[in-house]
Amino acid sequence: MSDDPGRGYHDIGGLPGGRIERAEHAHALWEMRVDALMVLLTHPERRVITVDELRRGIEQLGAEAYDAMTYYERWIASVTNTLLGKGVITADELGRRMAEVAARDGEGAG
Amino acid sequence: MATETHDHAHDHRPPPDEDGPLTYYQTMEIAVRELLIEKEVFGADDVRAAIETMDARSPARGAEVVAHAWTDPAFKEALMADGSAACASMGIELGPLRLIAVENTETVHNVIVCTLCSCYPRNLLGIPPDWYKAKAYRARVVREPRAVLREFGTEIPGDVAVRVHDSTADMRYIVVPRRPAGTEGWERERLAALVTRDCMIGVTVPKTP
Repeated sequence: MSDDPGRGYHDIGGLPGGRIERAEHAHALWEMRVDALMVLLTHPERRVITVDELRRGIEQLGAEAYDAMTYYERWIASVTNTLLGKGVITADELGRRMAEVAARDGEGAG
Repeated sequence: MATETHDHAHDHRPPPDEDGPLTYYQTMEIAVRELLIEKEVFGADDVRAAIETMDARSPARGAEVVAHAWTDPAFKEALMADGSAACASMGIELGPLRLIAVENTETVHNVIVCTLCSCYPRNLLGIPPDWYKAKAYRARVVREPRAVLREFGTEIPGDVAVRVHDSTADMRYIVVPRRPAGTEGWERERLAALVTRDCMIGVTVPKTP
């Protein structure tokens, strides 16, 4: 979007842009759960993640992913990467659990 | 242009059918949530409670604050001096967030944005609208605020300054619109009904009754 190497792809204030699309969508339950996850992880009693870390994680997704992903997809990707970076969960645990969740989902749908 | 292709093709799709196969990121959310519950970072009840809390937040809370400021000069002074403390005095806790109220006057119109992401006074207004999070608004409102406001049907006279406030993770803004003429003697509740979410973002102004 920006050819200026000094400007991150999220840093768009002042750039030209198109018409503002004002249609709004109702949030899906899974999106609300991602929101809740972030609220709980940033809660002063836990402080597992900060809002700045969420944003930094989103800024590290890469321009292509940033543009292709939905808002809460960026959030869960950033939260997950941050949790992995801090060692709260491991890549191994995550990979195995995601496979289990997908397998459970396949059974339920079949 | 590139900024047109971003969020909007995706963000406005309807909520996914819960019976359909999970997407990659939906699968990730479930896996991460389960692992965090097992590690006792939080409990399953905490997730439900957080969703209920978020659901309960709506622009009606912000409207109460604005109507209070319109009818109580001492409260308005307190709100302008320290937004977080003034909200706390109404039982609305903002936590460590610094809330800054910006007041529209005869000579200044205010509008808020988060150019880098989507920071927003969520405790007062709920989850931000899609357009607030999308690139077109974030990019343009700091460059051509009057043109953006016009898209929302708001014409700001040339002799009124337009100030755009860019939010951060720790500092959120709320616009206190001008109280419409013809509302003298109105009770707070009736006034609050005039104060919409978009008025408190600053892209519209309250309708004159």
